[in-house]
Amino acid sequence: MAEASLKELVSLEKYLGLKKTNKYSTQGERKVPVLQTKDGQNIVGLVTIACHLVKAAKQEQLLGRTREESAVVQQWLEYRIVQLGAPGAKEEGRSTLRDLNGYLEDKVYFGGDFLSLADILMYYGLHSYMVDLTVQDREKFVNVSRWFSHIQQLPNVQQHLPRVHIMKNRIYTNVH
Amino acid sequence: MMDQLSWMGESSLSTLRGDVTESNISRPESHQTVRSSNKRTDRPLETSLGYYLTSGGDEASTAVDQWLEWETLDLQPVALHALRLAVLQDKKSEALESLQPSLSYIERSLQKTGKTFLTSVDDGDERLLTDEEIQAAVQAWSKGLAACPKPRQIVHPILPQQGERNVLITSALPYVNNVPHLGNIIGCVLSADVFARFCRLRNWNTLFVCGTDEYGTATETKAMEEGLTPQEICDKYNAIHSQIYRWFGTSFDYFGRTTTEKQTEIAQDIFWRLLKRGFLLEDTVEQLHCQRCAKFLADRFVEGICPFCSYPEARGDQCDKCGKLINAVELKLEGRLEEWLETTLEKGNWTPNARFITRSWIRDGLKPRCITRDLKWGTPVPLEEFANKVFYVWFDAPIGYLSITANYTDQWEKWWKNPDKVQLYNFMAKDNVPFHSVVFPCSLLGAEDNYTLVNHLIATEYLNYEDGKFSKSRGVGVFGDMAKDTGIPADIWRFYLLFIRPEGQDSAFCWSDLLLKNNSELLNNLGNFVNRAGMFVSKFFEGRVPTMELNQEDQRLLALTTWELRQYLQLLEKVRIRDALRCILNISRHGNQYIQLNEPWKRLKGSDTDRSRAATVTGVAINMACLLSVMLQPYMPTVSATIQEQLQAPPLCNVLTEEFVCVLPAGHKIGTISPLFQKLEVEQVEALRQRFGGQKEATTTTTILQDVQELAKAVAQQVRTGTFDISSPASGLPGLISFLFKFQGDKVRQLKALGTEKAVVNSEVARLLELKKALQEAQGKPPVQKEKKK
Repeated sequence: MAEASLKELVSLEKYLGLKKTNKYSTQGERKVPVLQTKDGQNIVGLVTIACHLVKAAKQEQLLGRTREESAVVQQWLEYRIVQLGAPGAKEEGRSTLRDLNGYLEDKVYFGGDFLSLADILMYYGLHSYMVDLTVQDREKFVNVSRWFSHIQQLPNVQQHLPRVHIMKNRIYTNVH
Repeated sequence: MMDQLSWMGESSLSTLRGDVTESNISRPESHQTVRSSNKRTDRPLETSLGYYLTSGGDEASTAVDQWLEWETLDLQPVALHALRLAVLQDKKSEALESLQPSLSYIERSLQKTGKTFLTSVDDGDERLLTDEEIQAAVQAWSKGLAACPKPRQIVHPILPQQGERNVLITSALPYVNNVPHLGNIIGCVLSADVFARFCRLRNWNTLFVCGTDEYGTATETKAMEEGLTPQEICDKYNAIHSQIYRWFGTSFDYFGRTTTEKQTEIAQDIFWRLLKRGFLLEDTVEQLHCQRCAKFLADRFVEGICPFCSYPEARGDQCDKCGKLINAVELKLEGRLEEWLETTLEKGNWTPNARFITRSWIRDGLKPRCITRDLKWGTPVPLEEFANKVFYVWFDAPIGYLSITANYTDQWEKWWKNPDKVQLYNFMAKDNVPFHSVVFPCSLLGAEDNYTLVNHLIATEYLNYEDGKFSKSRGVGVFGDMAKDTGIPADIWRFYLLFIRPEGQDSAFCWSDLLLKNNSELLNNLGNFVNRAGMFVSKFFEGRVPTMELNQEDQRLLALTTWELRQYLQLLEKVRIRDALRCILNISRHGNQYIQLNEPWKRLKGSDTDRSRAATVTGVAINMACLLSVMLQPYMPTVSATIQEQLQAPPLCNVLTEEFVCVLPAGHKIGTISPLFQKLEVEQVEALRQRFGGQKEATTTTTILQDVQELAKAVAQQVRTGTFDISSPASGLPGLISFLFKFQGDKVRQLKALGTEKAVVNSEVARLLELKKALQEAQGKPPVQKEKKK
């Protein structure tokens, strides 16, 4: 868990095109990631660090362009760490995916119609879920799969995670 | 519990919504989609908070993000868990324990930043001052002393004046019998004194009265002990109180006592009026009666278990722990009282604890309250059938305020029967609140004589001593008469006590903290600034204030000082004594920074422009010092006078207005400058802490001595009354052993309360059990093997 979040942040850096890799460490029982900035300050927390990196890379549009958009992005970032980051989340995996599937039915991205940090972190977070799904399930959660497939082929997103192959052809036609 | 969470969410949201001006804000739709059957998704809290924040125009910074994330991941699960434990499983202490780590984390973070908020930015010079403010400040400055109001001349007797603000201040009457400790002092007289001095500096027509509360059994008992009459005891102790308060620099207009003719007169008058209007009823109340001394036991001497909160050491009439009155009975004036309370609470400045306590008393409904007791030392009840009764202290004592004023001037009714023209402030500790907010107003309302009722009730919480409580018997804590002997000046005591004044919650007196505050705030901040400013004028300008040419930086400083001054005035008007003190320290801090930045000592050796700069800086600084001396007067009157003496400040400057005026113009000659404060050394303070810590070994020996003394007294008593018979099994040997047994029991209890090591306690308990066995043998009972539980 710990190393995973650190890897995520490193990947995020690369995605954002940040040249210098910052110093990371973890703290506490839950191995919360900690970033040490150049001026000696410590920034704690996955989402906090991610937002900080985005601002540092001057890609604030990834946090939403309007206030409503930023609120939605923040909501999904929070979801990421609370839902997907929590221990024991995997068991609830199916219901999580069901929720998300419903949400993504009419949206291209989590923020609606624009790519945001939420999509990237949700991608990192959901990867392990998607990997374990059977082909049948991937068809079942068709919207999640569609979104996932789209995100992972965006340039520079994939980084450290292996590609999840999602079939475009429907095999189990009578599921829906 | 989810309801609780969404309720929390609702209230947080509605608090934020209040700040936001957009009227068409509705919950973002995305909430609905996330709200599913899975309980963990039911938490769009931070998001909506963040949304409202940004809608209101505040930018969320990384620090804020970090705290919100910590709140989501760390605090919320812990809090929910604790809530579950507390509410569903009723394991309150476990719940609190589980919250400990999170609370410590917050505590540590707050300590590290040392600021008021978790994500505070240093607000020092960042204060936004508008140009108008700066211009206004410069204008005010140049007005000079001549344009300022003159300090009012005080002529006794002080009476309410037409068209003026008339302020009547009382401090809760200390019981004559007890030597006041620091907690009593800060709770009542010192707080009232600061406010009284402030009112006078504001040129308000102020009367500040107080006195000793002298009637009651405790005095009677003490008199017997010391072999004097109650009146003599009161005289002796009234003088002690008076002396202590004088040493602390309390500026009473009159310090009286309750044992006067006026007291009897006024109390009986109110009694008659209440009787005639049918507000009194006759009833019999259970009172504990000691057959041996044919006396009714004073409520204070009965100890037992509080029926409300199970505190095992509740005494007589008021439980120390939960404050509820046992056997509480009040006059039937509910309607009128509530009506009056509504207006007063709304318009008046009552401390939150006072409001809370009063409301909970009213909520329980008013019940009839017993106002007489069967005692001798008190105000007699003027009815035939009640000839051997006196008024109960809580009916009688507050009337002391009126009678003390009556002894000050026979025109007392102008203060006390004049609610439209007079603002009445009552200062007290929180345990006195119900009597001042419910019982006494009821008496006055019922008497229907247009009495002035309390407008502003200022109650403090408790002051503890180091880790425990003040205790005269155990020698723990500093008592009024001992403060002088420490060699620490009264003003330092005043400053520290006011700095830690227990306003929202209990606070504790701590010697090392006293040292720290003295050395850092007084010596290094305030004292340093005033001293430097003075020394520069002395050394470099031949003791005369130099000419000042204000540039932009100086003007800003004037505006900043004016701002702090206004904060101070606003805060003290609302009796927020602690906060106002910080304004003084802020100004001094700005002053130090100002001097530091401008380095006048260097510039003097420079060019002409440099030298004129140094002159201006010195001049402004010395005027700031003078302003500080006036602002400081309510808190540290002696230091204030010393500063003014050193600066040769004109006495007319002792008025507080909203403006910072140049009171020491160019050319003004100052006096000799010397340091205002002494550094306190660690060894000195450590020694004092030891002295007042109450030694444990000494206690044991004193207890033994006490035991022997008590035993001897008791035996002597028995011999005197002829009940002592050594041959009889009823009162002879068993009697002796039972005395020893009782006192051993007390000793064990005392040791346990002091937290003595188990081994010591156990050996004492063993002795207790031995005595018990011996007693039972002597009484002819077979020894029973039982474990004595305490």
